[in-house]
Amino acid sequence: MEATVSIPKPLTAKDFASDQEVRWCPGCGDYSILKQVQTVMPTLGIPRENFVLISGIGCSSRFPYYMNIYGMHSIHGRATAIASGLKATRPELSVWIVTGDGDSLSIGGNHVIHILRRNFDVNIMLFNNQIYGLTKGQYSPTSEEHKVTKSTPFGSIDHPFNPAALAMGADGSFVARTMDRDPKHLQDMLKRAHAHKGTSFLEIYQNCNIFNDGAFEIYTDKGTKAEETLFMEQGKPLIFGAQKNKGIKIDGLKPVVVSLTDGYSPDDLWVHDEQDFYKAQMLTRFFDDPHGEQHLPRPFGVFYDISRPTYEDVMVQQIIEAKAKKPADLDALLAGKETWTIAE
Amino acid sequence: MNTDSVQQLDDVVIKFAGDSGDGMQLTGSQFTNNTALLGIDLSTFPDFPAEIRAPQGTLPGVSGFQLHFSSNRIYTAGDSCDVLVAMNAAALKTNLKSLKKGGAIIANADGFDVKNLRLANYPEGENPLEDGLLQDYNVHVIDITKMTREVLKDSPLGMKEKDRAKNMFVLGFLYWMYDRDMESTISFLNTKFSKAADILESNLNVLKAGYHFGETTEAFGSRYHISKARMEPGRYRSITGNTALAYGLIAASQQSGLPLFLGSYPITPASDILHELSKHKNFGVRTFQAEDEIAGISSAIGASYGGQMGITTTSGPGMALKSEAMGLAVMLEIPLLIMDIQRGGPSTGLPTKTEQSDLLQAYYGRNGECPMPVVAACTPSDCFNTVFEAFRISVQHMTPVIFLSDGYLANGAEPWHFPNSAELPKIKVNFKPARENEEELFQPYVRDENLVRAWAIPGTKGLEHRIGGLEKQHITGNVSYDPENHQLMVKIRQEKVDKIADDIPLQTIDHGPESGKVLVLGWGSTYGAIKSAVNELLADGFSVAHAHLRYLRPFPKNLGTILKNYEKVLIPEMNNGQLIKIIRDQFLTDATGYNKIMGIPMTKQELVVKIRELL
Ligand code: SF4
Repeated sequence: MEATVSIPKPLTAKDFASDQEVRWCPGCGDYSILKQVQTVMPTLGIPRENFVLISGIGCSSRFPYYMNIYGMHSIHGRATAIASGLKATRPELSVWIVTGDGDSLSIGGNHVIHILRRNFDVNIMLFNNQIYGLTKGQYSPTSEEHKVTKSTPFGSIDHPFNPAALAMGADGSFVARTMDRDPKHLQDMLKRAHAHKGTSFLEIYQNCNIFNDGAFEIYTDKGTKAEETLFMEQGKPLIFGAQKNKGIKIDGLKPVVVSLTDGYSPDDLWVHDEQDFYKAQMLTRFFDDPHGEQHLPRPFGVFYDISRPTYEDVMVQQIIEAKAKKPADLDALLAGKETWTIAE
Repeated sequence: MNTDSVQQLDDVVIKFAGDSGDGMQLTGSQFTNNTALLGIDLSTFPDFPAEIRAPQGTLPGVSGFQLHFSSNRIYTAGDSCDVLVAMNAAALKTNLKSLKKGGAIIANADGFDVKNLRLANYPEGENPLEDGLLQDYNVHVIDITKMTREVLKDSPLGMKEKDRAKNMFVLGFLYWMYDRDMESTISFLNTKFSKAADILESNLNVLKAGYHFGETTEAFGSRYHISKARMEPGRYRSITGNTALAYGLIAASQQSGLPLFLGSYPITPASDILHELSKHKNFGVRTFQAEDEIAGISSAIGASYGGQMGITTTSGPGMALKSEAMGLAVMLEIPLLIMDIQRGGPSTGLPTKTEQSDLLQAYYGRNGECPMPVVAACTPSDCFNTVFEAFRISVQHMTPVIFLSDGYLANGAEPWHFPNSAELPKIKVNFKPARENEEELFQPYVRDENLVRAWAIPGTKGLEHRIGGLEKQHITGNVSYDPENHQLMVKIRQEKVDKIADDIPLQTIDHGPESGKVLVLGWGSTYGAIKSAVNELLADGFSVAHAHLRYLRPFPKNLGTILKNYEKVLIPEMNNGQLIKIIRDQFLTDATGYNKIMGIPMTKQELVVKIRELL
């Protein structure tokens, strides 16, 4: 007997691209991120119809239109709250959030800290370009102090947020950082974010070549990248530099840069441990001005990845238990404990 | 034993008033339950201070519970009271004006000591119980605190805990006075304090002591008996508006097969809906106490997008915060229920007081052209039916719906001839089915004859699509900035809501002639007061009728005709005139308003006076 089993064709990046024309400025970092997401999603073994992308408002939040999956381009700052309700009711869906620094840390800051503490199993991709792009160039909550923008002609007075440290402060269970200009690392981080069960907070340094060009150049440019970045890898000592000759060592409670050509060996160095809360806290605090003397390198990779119960799992569990204990009986509910009868 | 006379009465209004720590709400609701179980008709009006514990003994700290019960059908908690229970001087002072001349005052002596009199702002040396100020009333001073302590003298409880039982003394005494059996309260206490034997015993003993005090004392010659009301045959229970609302949602969920998701932020007077729904996880109800009002509605939108019934509950200030998200739901054209339990405004306003504050907000309070259906309940138990309708309209017309209730309905109780689940209609839900053959693109904004689009939920193969708050292109749902398209879409969204008028019942006249001199047109919680007033005037032979709107947007199709059948239209509202603006706008009816904006319900009497001016 001949079996007629149709084996579905494996999906490709093309299957995840929608028919809509991409409308970001030429050269925008968003293009690279879109490409990596379209590349990674088909490899995750999830039917396409089970992917949902929710975004807020801002340049990055146009993202869902370009993906051929379920998507909602919602309102400013609320993508995390909308995703919470979706995930609470449909835990089997793979829910992704696209947001920017203004969307998630300014107008939507409240919802971000709450989704992190609740730990819904969703993936937050925070495109950080340190500027408001869509509204044409005002400073954002991640812009550096003294920044001159359209709304700060005399320089910004605001002290910026450190998004990764904020996520740690809100007890996020997965905190990572990557950049638009390193496709391979970006893909790795997307996969890690997906693999994590719980809220994944992935900060993506994204260049806005129109209003804030080169904001992260020092971390992405070939000439400076190796010296200024620190790529964290689980179980490996923290080593960086073009010659791989520098490392991070803990001196008391302080991280310091030491030279591996100067008497220190990799055995003396801080070994990265994604499950160590205190070390992760410290690493997210590597946030120095890269132009300052004796500054620490900027870390990329997974700061923190631990497992704790997700909101939706516990919610479902409570419902299962409640149903087992007391079957749903509408007539009993409506009658309540005390009734009386009026006779004919 | 004093068993002399039991006098028959038709109708009584009792007001229980005391400090917010005196347990008057509990006393009132216990007496209410006991009354209900006897088949007597009733209506209640709890009246709380805004502060949980305002300074003890002060005027702002007074908490009241008004109960109207009768052997006739009644529709309000009563204009004024026959009996006032005053646990302290402040309670007497705040409530005396609502006591009928000749009415009875039951005063707790201990609540009228020098300190309490001073806290209630009585002039130095003045005591209303002693100074002949209450000559017009029938005053009974009982030393409740002292007698409670006496009953509990051997109890191991501390003095504070002992004093807390004094509301049971009052309750016991009233049970005696109204010829009641105390079983309902005894069983309530047994359950409530099943794990606190000392407290249970003290409450039971004090309750009985109050009853025995009535029996043995000479001062109260007569007891009263109210017979059961002539109500429609069937099974009844007592219900508050917020509970009826929660049950209506659960019932609609069962009848539609759509699980409920409630995203809500606590706010008075809506929080009890969150409390109630959170108990019923066995019905698959998901409740989510969000970080703010905006997250409340946003999470509900997420749930509706995912194919459950997203609900958010709130009151005026929270409603304002949700407006932007409501606009999103209008653009997305998905089901969603927004429950606004109105209270006095603007701003924080009067959180614990009732007002029909938000009709205009519900109608117009969003950016852009943003029409949404609006319905309003008119009695506590009517919250059940009206919310069931809101649910049906929302699902079958793919639109967010605003449901309006208010503080009076939310906390007020009445007997409810509750339905059998078999009598409830089914609510049909159509999810767009999966597609295997994906040759053609799925077009999310294709509409049926009612202009309703399909509900295509994530996880359905072949329907992957994008929606959002940007203007949609007709049919495809793609983003569109085309001028003609925007005009078209604005008109379509309006027409879609207007078309719901084809799917709701015609307006009926509640009672009174089909045409005549005056039509009193109401909406919401003024139902009982209007009905009572119109009944009285009809009995006196006047040409007056009452119509009450459940469907406020769109209006029933025959409303315009009805308005033309009367010489004059009176629109009483507990606001500064909101429905009247809309009626004038839509029908050019030269209606007259009657507006009470005091945070308290309308009375029958004031309406009778107002209607007579027009007759
Ligand atoms: S404004 Fe900046 S962030 Fe926005 S699309 Fe253009 S380059 Fe990208």
